[in-house]
Parts: sequence; C-alpha cells; structure tokens
Amino acid sequence: MLLEYAAIATMILVTALVAVIAVVLGSLFGPKRPHARKLLPYESGMTPIGPGTRRVPVRFYLIAVLFILFDIEIIFFLPWAIAFRELGWYGFWAMVVFNIPILIGFIYEWKKGGLEWE
Amino acid sequence: MLLSEANPAAGLFVLVPWIVFAPVIGLLINAFAGKRLGERGVGWVASLASGAAFLVSALQFYALTLHPEGAQVKIAEWIRIGQLSLDWTFRVDSLSVTMMLVVSGVGTLIHIYAIGYMHEDVRFKHDPARFPRFFVFLNLFIAAMMILVSADNYLMLFVGWEGVGLCSFLLIGFWYDLDTLGRSSWANSNAAKKAFITNRVGDFGFLIAGFLIFWYMGSFAFSEVFAAAPEVAKTHPWVITAITVFMLVGVAGKSAQIPLYVWLPDAMAGPTPVSALIHAATMVTAGVYLVTRSFPLFGLTHDGQYIVATVGAVTALFAATIAVGQYDIKKVLAYSTISQLGFMVAAVGMGAYVAGMFHLVTHAFFKALLFLSAGSVILGLERGHHHGHHAPSSPVLPPQGAGNSLSHGEIDRVKEEVFDPGDIRNMGGLRARMPVTFWVYLIGALALAGIFPLAGFWSKDEILLDAFLHYPHVYWLLTLAAFLTAFYMGRQVWMVFFGKARHEAAEHAQESPSVITIPLIILAALSAFGGFINLPFKGFHQFGYWLEHTLGAIEFPPFNFMVAGVSTVLALGAIALSWFLYQRKPLEHGQTDPLAKPLGLVFVGMEQKWFIDEAYQFLFVQPYRALASWLAQKVDWDFWHEWFHDSVLVKGFVTLARLLADPVDLGFIDRVSYWLSDAIRASAETLRKLQNGFVRSYALSVVLGVAAILGYLLLK
Amino acid sequence: MTITDFSVILPVTLLTAWASILLLAELFLPRAQRPFLALLAALGLALTLGISLAQSAQEFAPGFGGMVVRDGFSNFLNVLFLLTGLFGVALSYRYNQRAQIERGEYYPLLLFSVAGMMLMGQAADLIVVFLALELLSFPLYILSAFAYPRPQSEEAGLKYFLLGAFASGFVVYGIALTFGASGSTDLARIVASVAAGSANLPLLTAGAGLLLVGFGFKVAAVPFHMWTPDVYQGAPTSVTAFMAAGAKTAGFAALLRVFGAAFPALAADLSPLMAILAAVTMLFGNLIAVAQTDMKRMLAYSSIAQAGYLLMAFAPFEIEAARTMAVAGALFYLLAYTLASFGSWGVVIALEKDLDRHLSIGDFAGLARRSPWLAAAMTVFMLSLTGLPPTLGLVGKIYLFRAVIEGGMVWLAVIGALTSVVSAFYYLRIVVNMFMREGEPAVEREWWLEFAIGAAAVVTVVVSLWPFPLFEWAEWAVMKLF
Repeated sequence: MLLEYAAIATMILVTALVAVIAVVLGSLFGPKRPHARKLLPYESGMTPIGPGTRRVPVRFYLIAVLFILFDIEIIFFLPWAIAFRELGWYGFWAMVVFNIPILIGFIYEWKKGGLEWE
Repeated sequence: MLLSEANPAAGLFVLVPWIVFAPVIGLLINAFAGKRLGERGVGWVASLASGAAFLVSALQFYALTLHPEGAQVKIAEWIRIGQLSLDWTFRVDSLSVTMMLVVSGVGTLIHIYAIGYMHEDVRFKHDPARFPRFFVFLNLFIAAMMILVSADNYLMLFVGWEGVGLCSFLLIGFWYDLDTLGRSSWANSNAAKKAFITNRVGDFGFLIAGFLIFWYMGSFAFSEVFAAAPEVAKTHPWVITAITVFMLVGVAGKSAQIPLYVWLPDAMAGPTPVSALIHAATMVTAGVYLVTRSFPLFGLTHDGQYIVATVGAVTALFAATIAVGQYDIKKVLAYSTISQLGFMVAAVGMGAYVAGMFHLVTHAFFKALLFLSAGSVILGLERGHHHGHHAPSSPVLPPQGAGNSLSHGEIDRVKEEVFDPGDIRNMGGLRARMPVTFWVYLIGALALAGIFPLAGFWSKDEILLDAFLHYPHVYWLLTLAAFLTAFYMGRQVWMVFFGKARHEAAEHAQESPSVITIPLIILAALSAFGGFINLPFKGFHQFGYWLEHTLGAIEFPPFNFMVAGVSTVLALGAIALSWFLYQRKPLEHGQTDPLAKPLGLVFVGMEQKWFIDEAYQFLFVQPYRALASWLAQKVDWDFWHEWFHDSVLVKGFVTLARLLADPVDLGFIDRVSYWLSDAIRASAETLRKLQNGFVRSYALSVVLGVAAILGYLLLK
Repeated sequence: MTITDFSVILPVTLLTAWASILLLAELFLPRAQRPFLALLAALGLALTLGISLAQSAQEFAPGFGGMVVRDGFSNFLNVLFLLTGLFGVALSYRYNQRAQIERGEYYPLLLFSVAGMMLMGQAADLIVVFLALELLSFPLYILSAFAYPRPQSEEAGLKYFLLGAFASGFVVYGIALTFGASGSTDLARIVASVAAGSANLPLLTAGAGLLLVGFGFKVAAVPFHMWTPDVYQGAPTSVTAFMAAGAKTAGFAALLRVFGAAFPALAADLSPLMAILAAVTMLFGNLIAVAQTDMKRMLAYSSIAQAGYLLMAFAPFEIEAARTMAVAGALFYLLAYTLASFGSWGVVIALEKDLDRHLSIGDFAGLARRSPWLAAAMTVFMLSLTGLPPTLGLVGKIYLFRAVIEGGMVWLAVIGALTSVVSAFYYLRIVVNMFMREGEPAVEREWWLEFAIGAAAVVTVVVSLWPFPLFEWAEWAVMKLF
C-alpha cells in the first residue's frame, strides 16, 4: 500500500533536489552585488516594512481578481475535461451554461477597459 | 289567499289593505305636490283617496255577503320578540266592514264638503296656504281610523287609536295661532293640548288593559285572546273585570265619557268638517267599537258591564243637561254628541251590541249632518257679516281716515273681535235666507230627537228597549236624557231658523254653494231613511243578522209599543215645551234665556257646564302645576342644579382634580415619567457610544455574540 | 435534470438572465438612454412577478435533487421580493439622477440581489442557502459603495463587506458543523438523520448556533447589528431603502426555512435563545433609536427594533400549535414592515434635497402644511411601524403577540408591548414635527416616488381594515413548511 505513494515520494524528492541544486549552483557561480533592496524579504514587489495603512494602486487588485476568476474557471474545467466522455452532452451543455455568465463578465470587463493597463 | 281559488268574490278580501294605502297615497301626493295642485286639485285628490277607500270597503261588503265568515289578510310580519308574535293583519268581518263603510262613506262626504268649507275658511282666517295641510291631515285621519277598525290585534288597534288621536290633535289645533273667533291667541292650541293630554289619561288605561291581556292571555291577537279568555275568567275572574274597567278608562278618553269628556267641547275649536268627521261621526265612536270588538271579554264579567252601562247612562243625561244651557251652536252639538255617545256606551255596556252599533251608524249620519249644517250656518253668517261690513251704509265701518292706516286684513280682525258667528243669540230667522240648510238641519234635529220614522227613532228606541228589559236605572236615565235631547234641539232650531234676525250678519246671511249643500242633502237622506236597515220587527233585523256573523247569535226582543210610545210622547212634549219657551215669543237681541228665571241656579249650572272645568282646574291642573313648579324650582334647580351639580359635583371634582393634579400628577406621575424618559435618554446616549464607527469594534461585538450563543447552547 | 427542475427555478433564472442582459445593454446604450435601463429593470421584475404569480397556484415541487424547492412559502416570498425590487426601482429612478450615481451597473446589481433573495426563499439545501446569501449580499456591498467617491458611501460599502464576509464565515462554519453532525446539507436529510438518532446533537446545536449568527447579521439582530446604522446612513438612500426591506426579509426567509425545516428537533434549545435575542434586539433597537437625531440613523435603529419583533415569531417554536400561526404572523408582519419601511424611506428620499447634508428629524417640521399628502402618508407609516390602528403594523403585531402568548412566553409579549410604547416616542415625534412645528421643508416632486409612497400607504390602511384574506394566504404559505 505504501508502494502506491512511492511515485509521489520520488517526485517530492526530485523536485526538492532540483530546487536545492538550483539555489546552490546560483549562489556558487552567480555574481554577488549586494544592495539594500535586494536584501529585503520577497513580498511580491511590495515594500515589506512601513506604515500599515498606505495607498496601493488598485489595478493590482483588479488584475489579481481577474486572475483568480479565470483560475477558478480553469479549476472547474480540468476535472470536467477528464470526465468529458462520461458526462456526455449533458456535461457539455452544463459547461456552456457555466461559461455564459463568465463570458458576459468578460465582455463587461473588456468593454469597461479593465484589461488595459494604462 | 286560498280563498280566492274557491271563489273569485272572496279574492276581493286581499284588496283590504287598500283602505289604508289609498288615503296614504292621497296624503303623500298632497304633502309633496299640494302647493302645485291648487285648492281644487288638493280637494279632489283627498276626496278621491277617501272615495277609493269607500269603494274598497264596499267591495269588502259585497265579498262578505257571499262569504260571511270573512278573512284575515296578513301583509307583513310585525313583531317577533320572545313569545310575542304579531303580524300586520287586516281583519275583515261584518263588524269591521260596518265601521269601514261608515268611516269612509261619511268621511268622503265630509271631504267633499270640506273643499267648499275650507275654501272660505282659509280666507276668513287670512291664510290660504294652509289649505293643502288640512287635507293631508284629513287623509291621515282616514288611514289611521281604517287601521283602527280593521286591526286584527290589540296592538295594531292601538296604533290606529293613537294615530286618530294624533290627527285629532293636529286638526283641533289647525288654526293653532288663533282662537275660535279668529283672534290671535293660543286658545286653539290649548284646546288641542287639552284633548291630547286628556286622551293620554285614557290611553294609559287602555295600555294597562293591553298589558293585562298579554300577561294573562299571552297574546294580542283577537282570536287568541278571546279563545283564552274563558279559561282566565275561571281562574282569575277579577282579571277580566280589571281589563274591562281599564278599557273603559280608554273608552272614556276617546269616546268622551265621564270623567274624561271635558276635551270634546273644546275640540270644537277645529274647523267644522273636523268636528263632524272626527269629533262626532267616527273617531269618538272608537270606544264603542272597542267595547263591541271585545264583546267576548265583556260577556264574561257582569260587574264590568254594569259599570260601563252606568257610566254611559250617567254621561248621556249629564251632557244633555249642559247642552240645554249652551249658546254656541257647535257647543250644543258637542254636548249632544257626548250625550249620544253615552247612549251607545250604555248600550254596548248592557250587551246590546247591535243596538249600540246601530245607533253608532245612525248617529254618524245625523250628527255629521248637524255639524256640517251648523258649519254651513256659520259660513252663512260669516258671509253675511262680511257683506254687511263692506256695505257702504254700514254703521260699524270705521271712519275712512282710520281705515287708511290699517290694512284690509287688520280691519277684518278688528271687527271680528266683537262678532261670534257661532253664537245662536246672533242668529234667528235664517229659514228664509238659507232654505236648504234649514231643511237638512231640521231633518237632522228631528232624527236626533227621535221622531218617528227618522233614523234616530229606531236606534234610540232599541237602546231604550234593551235598558227597559235589563237595566231599569239605565232606562230612566236615558229616557230623561232623550227628553232633554228633544228639548235642546227644539230650542236650537227655534232660535236659529225662526223668529227674526238678532244681528245684522244674520240679516245678510247667504246660502252655501252646492259643494257644501249636496253632501248635506245626501246625509239628510241617510238620516231620514238610515233607520230602515234594522227595523224592530221579526225578519227585519237586517243589521242584526249582519252583525251576527261576528257577534254570534243575538236575541231580538219584540217591539215594545209602551217604550216607543213613552219616548215619542216625551220627545214631542219637549219640542212643544221648547216652542212654548223660545218661539211663542221670539227672543230679542240681548234678552236673557227664558229658562234662566224659572230654573235659577240650576240654569247657571247648565250654562257653566256644572263648573266641571273649573273643578278639574282646581283639583288636578293647579296641584299639578304647583307640583311641577315645586319640582322645577326646588328639586331640579335648587337641589339638583344648585346644590348637587354646583356644590357637590363641581366642587368635589375641582377638589379631586386639584388633588390629582398637584400631589399625584405633578408630584408623583410626572416625576416618575420624567425620570423614566431621562433614564431612557441617558441609557440611549450611553449605548450610543458603543457605536464608535470602528469595524473592529463591530466585529468584536459579533464575536462576543457568537461566544454568548455558543456558550449558552453548549454549556446550558 | 428535467423540465420540472427548470420550472422550479424559472423566476430566479429569468431574473438572473435579465440582469445579465441588462448589464450588456448598458455597455452598448448611449449615455443619454440610461433612464431606459430603469424601465427595463422594472419590466423584468414585473415579468418575473407575473410568472411567479402564475406558478403560485401549483403544488409543492422539489428540483435539482432536492437542492431547491417551490412551495407556498417560496411563492409568498417571491412575490414579496419582486415587489421589493419594483419599489426599489421606483425609489431609485429619480434619486439616482439627482445623486449623479446613475451608473449602468445599478439596476443589474439590484436584479441580481433580488434573484439571490428569491433563491433564498427556495433553498432546500444549506449549500444553496449559502449561495443565495452571497448572491444577495455581494450586489448590496457594491451598491452601498455606489455613491463613490463620497467617503461615507465608500466607508459604508467597505464596512458592510468586511462584516458581511465575517458573518458569512460563520455561516460556512455552521454549515460545515451541521454537515459533520448529520452527514448532509440537505434540510430534509438533516431532519431525517436527527430522527434516526444518527446525528451528533451537540455538534448540530453548535452548527445551528453559528448559522444563527450569520443570519442574525443579515437581519440586523443585536448584537450583530452594529453595521446597520453606519451602512444605512452612508449608503445612497435608494439602496438603503431596498436593503432595509429586502435583505431583512431574505434573512428571515433563511431563518424560517432553515430553523423551521431543519432544526425542529433543537427547538427546545433554540427557542429560549431566540426569545432572548428578540428581547435584547427590541430593547436595544428602540432605546437607541430614541436618542437619534439623524433621520437615516433613526430609521436604521427602527429597522433593528423591527427585527426584534420579527424574531418573536421563533419564540413559540416548541409549541406545535403556535408554530404555524407564528410563522404566518411573521410573513404577514414582513409584508407590513416592507410597505412601511419602503414608504418611510421614500419620504426621506423626497425630502433629501442636499445629498451631502444629513436629513435630521427637525427637517420634517412643517411638512403637513407644505405637502399634506406626503405628511399623511408618513403618518400612516409611522403608525404602522409603531403598531397603531388603522394600519397593517397593528394587525401584524397582534398576530405576533398572540403567537407568543400562545407559546407561553408572556414576558416576551410584555417586553414587545413596552418597547412598542417606547418606539411610539420617536415615531410619533416625526408626526408631531410634521403637523405641529413650523418649517419650510424642501420637497422633491417625483411621480414614481409619489406613486410608490401612495400605494404603500393606501395598502397599509385599506388591507388593515380587512386583513383576513392576506393572513389566510400567509397561513396557507406556511402549511407545507413543516
């Protein structure tokens, strides 16, 4: 029974090994030019230290929310795609119905200029 | 209505409600359109309404000859309360139809007569606008009287009884702002009030009789009451006597018997057609009808019958004595009416219902005739007075200068103050100037006096015969009354129509128009021949046989020549005596009555109506007034208003209010409520501070709520 | 999946689709044609109302494997929600123009929210309950902040969103516990598992408690009410009006549905809790309302207090006989409340000339002289909210109090009556201001607004004179619930 998990264990091991090797190789052979910003902890581009209530550009959240939206759509799509044959036409139409609101939202967003950065 | 299937004639019974509907329709037309119809239109609408009622009555008569058992026609449910169950039902039998025919027949003639009479009367009284009102009241009277006579139960009868009382009141006071001489005064309305209040006393008795009937017989319907009466008579004999005696009180009020007769002479204040119709021919006979209708009750109590007969006989004689001493032509007839009603009441009291009803019918004819003729005489005198007054040579005419400052009507009123057209001392010698009136009056007077073969002879004789056979004291009283009747009628005829005129108005008197004289002639014919409906010979008692259908088998005593002879001789003797006193040497203007000297104080008593009005004034009216003013002043004002209201209630209330206001309201209630509202405000302000606007505080509150709820649910 | 399934949720589907189309239509309509959207929105609501009414004659029908249901209860609520939507459109139309918030998303959001409310009435599974809760809440969060860049509006939207999300968390937590305790989220199966004895009762009780928190937040019951005055005050008044009536009704729909259908076994535990919640809410809401001078905050506390009266309907849940009567009374009172609430908010809108200045109670002075019909209508609403004749509010309160007394909780009825007396103080103060004080209020004359106010007032008075058919409908709606 445990053997069934052997593949997973192997994968975890291999990926961990790859990551470690990449970091180690980079620090061994890469150039080192330390800089205050570079030494900061990584926070997805935000300054990690400072006042708690400060203004941030809202577009960032907009993009993030859009990303989550389509992310969720894809999460629904994946299991559906795997079980596509078993679900048959019923599944097909259900997914069409599911897509219509997202499509409407997409059109709305596009038309409102939500996809334009500037 | 099943009757109609058996025989078409019996189907006529369903028409009986129209005896009431017809006059009601007439009065509604006149009440709403009277102003537009004009006098003639109003008069004919009213007469036709009354005539229609007569026609329906005649149809009932025809139907009844074919179906003597009669009918009860129910038109509506009336009262359903507990065990009291009454319908609005018309009773058609020979007794009620007799009354219907008399009321509507005589009534129609008087309606026609009134067209002419009121045409002149409203002009003499200077208010022609009242003309339609008179006929509205007259139709209303016919309707009420029809309800009275066609009732199938005592309560419906009482409705009619009160209805005719109301009409009597309205019509006596028709000239409510004048007196009998046309002067501005409340005399007529006082007469109306007197009639109404006196009748209340009688109605009170009738009501008690009604309550007793319902209490002991459990019903108001005639058939049920009469069916239950013998049983009650066995168990509670005094009840029947009490009912009859209380009923007698009602009869005394309505039919003007001792001691409640006093209103009828004053009722002559109404226009003459009213006196004829209501206060002679129909309404006042309602009491006689009531006794006859209640014959099964009276038949059960000898005491009751004895009292009724005696009251009637005493009234007959007593009123006759007063009539001898009167000078007003209508007053004489009024006392005569009381006297004749006494005859009828005595008759029905003795159980001689046929005789009583017979006299009722004939009396309706000749007394209506006499009143209407008297009205014609009065109008003749009015016309003569008017004529003489306008003659240029008239010495009574005021100087032209003075006349200019007075309007036409005012001059008339000034003059009328000194002239009484109803006083027989102002008349005399009218035979030549008013021949038709004279002849019909003569027939009426002879009929009333009981001269063979006029109607009054037969009917009065039948009463005397019954009294002679069963109640000797009644016989003697009535015979004496009959003698006086002939005497005062003789006196009146001599004084009015013979001799010479004692006043210029009598000199210029004029005969009335035909609209007045034709009804008089018809009534004269009825007075002359009306007696033949019930001749006292075997096989000729038509009226008796007719009433037998209602009253049961009747024993007809054979004709008694002794009784008839005595009354005829007395009547003729009385007329001769009156000739001796009043015609042998005709009265001069201003001369005192020839009876005054020989009779002395007795005549004063007759003339002053035995001071009964004054006695009543002293015995009842003054104590009552004193009591009323004492109640008003002492009890109502001083005690109730001044002391109880102002002192006790108001002061007490003010004191209590002050107590409640200052210590209780201000001191306690206000303080508590102020404290309460302050506390609410304060706590609200405190709680308000919790609302600080920070989301974290709000979230904390939610969390605390969650903790409390979960804590309660899991730890309880 | 069958035709029946779709027929069951046909009104919701239609409304959602209509809202989506409206959203697209707004994109392609020129700016000048924007008022047209309100008409379209009203048309969609009216169409859905017609379908709902047509369906109301039909019998009980479950759909989608018991996830949703159509019964008398949902029919009654559908009608109520759609009327709420129509009222909302009528009140918004001119107000939004005046407030310059005539953005195209307004009406689609309103329609989405109504769809969520309707789905709440039809939900027969806790998952759908949650879905409906979010569907009705999210548009409201956005609408509350709709008057950006006005800071109060943004603040209101954010507060509502944060606290709403917080409360939704408790709902999800409650659903999870319930599922854990009974093995199902289907209301009928939860009942069945309790009846079979296979449910973990303490866990189920905790789940019910947490659900109560979530729904209590929606209906603004104390102590989950704190957001209400801030949001009601900050949001555009047209949104507030819609929210005060619709969201509260939807919250009660969820409470009635879930607690009535799923947790009758817990009645002995829950009904004293509900009674306490009701009492606290009535006391708090009414007491604080007394101290308010701002009209919108006063009405916000008033709506909290009204939630307390409605919560009384849960007090007699232990008594079988009183239960039907209580829930029917609650439905009846919801209708009365919806009318009075919309009416009074409508009057506020009519008086709110300067949108940046808060309307105070004193601003009502002299309204009776200036605009007598408006004052008369406001009087009717105030009387109805107080529970005085001749209004539906009185009838509703009578039904509720009777149910409570039959449920044996006389003390609760006494608190209800006493707090009603307190409420008379601040409600009638408005009437006094309108009729007895001098003043020069500025009144906006708007046809749709006046029509909505007038209709609400007339129905409030007229139906109260013969309320029995309406109550029979409410009783009939409740029959199949248990």
